[in-house]
Amino acid sequence: MTVFNLYIFDRNGTCLYYVEWNRKKHSGIASQEEEFKLMYGMIFSIKSFVNRISPSDLKDGFSSFKTSRYKCNFYETPSGLKFILNTDLNVGNIRDVLHQLYSNIYVEYVVKNPLCELGQPIKSDLFKTKLDEYVRNLPIFATKTN
Amino acid sequence: MTIHSVFVVNRAGGLIYQYDHNMPKIEVEKTFSYPLELVLKLLDEKVVVAFGQRDGVKVGHTVLGINGLSASGRQLEDGRDILETIADEDNYPIAIKFGRPKLTVNEKIMLASMFHSLFAIGSQLSPEPHSSGIEVLETDVFKLHCFQTMTGIKFIVLTDLRQGAVDGLLKKLYEVYSDFALKNPFYSIDMPIRCELFEQNLQSAIEQAERTGISNI
Repeated sequence: MTVFNLYIFDRNGTCLYYVEWNRKKHSGIASQEEEFKLMYGMIFSIKSFVNRISPSDLKDGFSSFKTSRYKCNFYETPSGLKFILNTDLNVGNIRDVLHQLYSNIYVEYVVKNPLCELGQPIKSDLFKTKLDEYVRNLPIFATKTN
Repeated sequence: MTIHSVFVVNRAGGLIYQYDHNMPKIEVEKTFSYPLELVLKLLDEKVVVAFGQRDGVKVGHTVLGINGLSASGRQLEDGRDILETIADEDNYPIAIKFGRPKLTVNEKIMLASMFHSLFAIGSQLSPEPHSSGIEVLETDVFKLHCFQTMTGIKFIVLTDLRQGAVDGLLKKLYEVYSDFALKNPFYSIDMPIRCELFEQNLQSAIEQAERTGISNI
């Protein structure tokens, strides 16, 4: 099991934070900015797609998708903050992990830090360290031996 | 164990077959007194609930009828405008029927091509090399399973969360497609499938998958 990368977007589509751990392939897109836009656009479209195609009324809506190589886990807060964590396929439902990331890391070290401007990419080193520490200690973060 | 619907998408993203198998019908009828607690708005020529969920009426539901008269678009059967009827105090108490809007054929075509591009982006944004596109998409009420053949045709099945052995069903649908659509001399490739045998066999495969949930089809 392993964790590849994490995106945090705000409700306007600004990428607040991006970090990667065991990522092997970078999408052939030259600029990282463009990749953030593509990611946000995909999630935005999936959300509206799912809302429309769903046979019954949704509560939380879209939670994850899988391809043959990775799983993309999605969590959105009512304020529109989006957490996207890409993991390998053996990871189960990690909604609570993403919620912890929001309530214990984002709220504690960004919202409660008056020097962090909301709606702007996060520069706080404390946030970076705490987030990295939290993710590395997750049971799903076991670096592959091969 | 439920299978909701099946979509077949050609390699260009066009919808060539769609079948609704087991779609729950969501309808609520309620009598309201003046003033109406719900906020309604006009969206895509439909009257939609914008705010104020209560008693099974959810945001996003459309007005299906008023006082037994059914609605078509923004108007009632007798030609009255829905929003005007609801705004008029003289019409109260009023019985309004709400429900989840059904997908129109055009919307289905649009959603199919939308998934076609989401599938491609899912593979492009992969953090690992050699990834396929989206194979399973999960929400809190349904799952979408997609199988892309070597020739680029996508079979998409919407199921509930507990349905098992969908992989087997997808392979079976591909088999049914190759046997009864491709071998039909009147079927031209990449065009909508209108073959009776295809339809019959697809339905029986779905029913069997729903009954057993095991991959022995």
